[in-house]
Amino acid sequence: MAKEPKPQEIISQINYKPPQKAWMDIPVEIKEGMFCYGAKEKSLQTLDFPNARAWSVLDEDWKLPEKWDKIVLEGMAERLKKYRSFKIFMDICVRCGACADKCHFFLGSGDPKNMPVLRAELLRSIYRKNFTAAGKILGKLGGGRKLTIDVLKEWWYYFYQCSECRRCSVFCPYGIDTAEITMIARELLNLLGLNIEWIAGPAANCYMKGNHLGLEPHTIKNSIDFLVDEIEEKTGVRVSPTFNRKGAEILFVTPSGDLFADPGTYTCMGYLMLFHELGLDYTWSTYASEGGNFGFFTSMELAKRLNTKLYSEAKRLGVKWILGGECGHMWRVINQYMDTFNGPADFLEVPTSPITGTEFTNAKSTKMTHISEFTADLIKHKKLNLDPKRNDHLKVTFHDSCNVARGMGMFEEPRYVIKSVCNNFYEMPENTIREKTFCCGSGSGLNASENMELRLRGGLPRANAVKHVQEQYGVNMLACICAIDRAALPPLMNYWVPGVDVTGVTELVANALVMKGEKERTTNLRGEDLSWIEDEESKSTDETQIRV
Amino acid sequence: MMKILFPGLMVIILVGLVFMGVQEANLHLLFGITIPYVAISIFIIGVVTRVVKWSLSPVPFRIPTTCGQQKSLSWLKCDCLENPSTTAGVIGRMALEILTFRSLFRNTQTELKQGPYLVYQEEKLLWLAALAFHWSFLVVVIRHFRLFIEPIPGCLSLLCSLDGFMEIGSPVVFLSGVALLGAVSFLLLRRILSRKVYYISLPADYFPLFLIIGIAISGILMRYFTKVDVVNIKAYTLGLLSLQPVIPTDVSVIFYIHLFLVCVLLVYIPFSKLMHLGGIFLSPTRNMANNNRLKRHINPWNYPVKVHTYEEYEDEFREKMKKVGIPVEKG
Repeated sequence: MAKEPKPQEIISQINYKPPQKAWMDIPVEIKEGMFCYGAKEKSLQTLDFPNARAWSVLDEDWKLPEKWDKIVLEGMAERLKKYRSFKIFMDICVRCGACADKCHFFLGSGDPKNMPVLRAELLRSIYRKNFTAAGKILGKLGGGRKLTIDVLKEWWYYFYQCSECRRCSVFCPYGIDTAEITMIARELLNLLGLNIEWIAGPAANCYMKGNHLGLEPHTIKNSIDFLVDEIEEKTGVRVSPTFNRKGAEILFVTPSGDLFADPGTYTCMGYLMLFHELGLDYTWSTYASEGGNFGFFTSMELAKRLNTKLYSEAKRLGVKWILGGECGHMWRVINQYMDTFNGPADFLEVPTSPITGTEFTNAKSTKMTHISEFTADLIKHKKLNLDPKRNDHLKVTFHDSCNVARGMGMFEEPRYVIKSVCNNFYEMPENTIREKTFCCGSGSGLNASENMELRLRGGLPRANAVKHVQEQYGVNMLACICAIDRAALPPLMNYWVPGVDVTGVTELVANALVMKGEKERTTNLRGEDLSWIEDEESKSTDETQIRV
Repeated sequence: MMKILFPGLMVIILVGLVFMGVQEANLHLLFGITIPYVAISIFIIGVVTRVVKWSLSPVPFRIPTTCGQQKSLSWLKCDCLENPSTTAGVIGRMALEILTFRSLFRNTQTELKQGPYLVYQEEKLLWLAALAFHWSFLVVVIRHFRLFIEPIPGCLSLLCSLDGFMEIGSPVVFLSGVALLGAVSFLLLRRILSRKVYYISLPADYFPLFLIIGIAISGILMRYFTKVDVVNIKAYTLGLLSLQPVIPTDVSVIFYIHLFLVCVLLVYIPFSKLMHLGGIFLSPTRNMANNNRLKRHINPWNYPVKVHTYEEYEDEFREKMKKVGIPVEKG
């Protein structure tokens, strides 16, 4: 594994001025720390993907099928017929440059091929050469170039340096969406077996075992049982979740990462506590045990193949509707793709909160509601007994996850929830939140460890905005509603902004939640001491007495 | 450098071509009648073909880029323009995008300062220049309709008098022409002098700028300096329109240069990035409502895929499931 550079080294290397040499004349250099390992033979075989073989990115020979260029060009032709977005985004870019410095990978690396416009030009140049008159006749003068093995390697390197966050598409005057271009480029690469293992492995796991981590049913139960014990220890309340239970009202689906590693596990404990407190008639599923969808980072077909489990399991169990946990790209898939992929979900009912009676009419067709929508509604109707004081040691800021922000537009629900359970909330600068939010640097399946330098560079804009509120307001907690964020942000904060922790929003809720029959909480879910609350309470009583 | 010189040279050659053709070879018929007809035909057929080709590819998924609060809970205010959930909202969003370049208005410039601090500064110059360029271009084009319509409708006369409201010079200076030349020159200079924009530019980005500068300069020369005879021109344009073309008499070669460059632009549009004028209307990240969970979107090429069924899953894990008390379908 590559040596991790020091923050100062990274900063001193960043230069936004492009080089003298034209980009087409600079061959790709595959740098250690900036790429993920290639997909393994076994993962591709499990998924029935072509050209499954043992290969290494750093080898000269990528063991491509014969006539690989023909496969790519035919794949492009097919996708030009299938996606209007692809055709239009290939044709109408005027290279105005508005997107150039909007990409977190460009801001963290200064590599011009990380400018969204050039990332797209990597593909567009081949499109022009093979599919347009100007490119065919004028060649390089017409902006075209030949598809060579070097171009293919360049595609691989840079389309796995895009996290499909869509920030550039907010600024593009034509709405050209690099995520869409990257998704199609990755589909083309997958025709040749050129995935990365960090995506192919979890996708294969998810296909066979129901979740990215490859947790088998008994392990899922054991993991959750462990969290149940933890909850009892902290709160004195024994929650009793059920699995694969037929006839439950609600199926709950969340990313499997939350069952496995801190701080996601605390968010998961939050779900368990919240649902118990509400007396919600819900069930977990071990078969549909993944909200996330690494297929979405591979091809539309694989995304659909993985996503299909949500509806089929809901149907088998006979639930009324589906509730989804905190996750980023999971929600882009649910909000913009699921119903189209695998609907109509006419065997389900319009999601209705059994506690408040609120009908979530915005999910009338898809029949799936987000935990933040669900919780915000509960709080609005005063159905939760909350003690935000318990979060008083935290100064919280909120990181909008790319997909939830730009593929859904859910900005207010999580903020409303956070502000209801925390007394100290501070926004990061305007250019770094909401629709302009910056990626954690590890989205779209890039949260491996061998590409840590890429992740730290890509996460720089986000971390830098956190640093701003840390210095300004003493912020010490970064809240998010995404499992990849919960995995990716802690090392990022540690590196750029030491002293800032990462939490899911539901963890904050659970810490503030006063449960029926709970014992006095001496620690929060992380086991951190809460005795300062008493001190402060007695202090404020003293103050009151003095005032009296 | 080649990427600037080549298209620049192309435009000079084009100008030279018409100069030689009209002045030396007397090809008035070719440049005055044949080429305009061919150009306008290619333009219309080309643009229609391109748009039809685009629309033949379906939009399999509803993928708006959401730039504001979604419509969800009744008590949360949603942003019906930046994140529309209705057709009316989409029309509003598109109108803002097309008429005011909403997205470009967001533009910022990022700098990495000592600290390190990433600083995002507002950068409205590109937006301003783009707006000035496109609107003045539109006014100039509409203004030219007075050469094609007889009698000139009141609204067109009004536009012309508004455009010349400063009442400087004789003939009166049209502001739109000045704005157009100024904006297009700015856009060209930006493409040459800004290292970032220069780096990403292709010859195809410089060519239309040179062409439009050529058109603007020849137009201005004709109106204010060589003072072309508008009555003659109008007789010519009306002739073209009524399909009874006559070669204009007594017009200078500048007129032919102007006309020819316009013809080149018309021919160039369907084959180039200038099609963005049509493409923006069809851009799926902007022209769709974010009501994905409310209304089902159909993918016309949706097909059944291979899945790993629950039955297969249970077959593999049945014993393990039973052991920890997870219910199974088959005892």
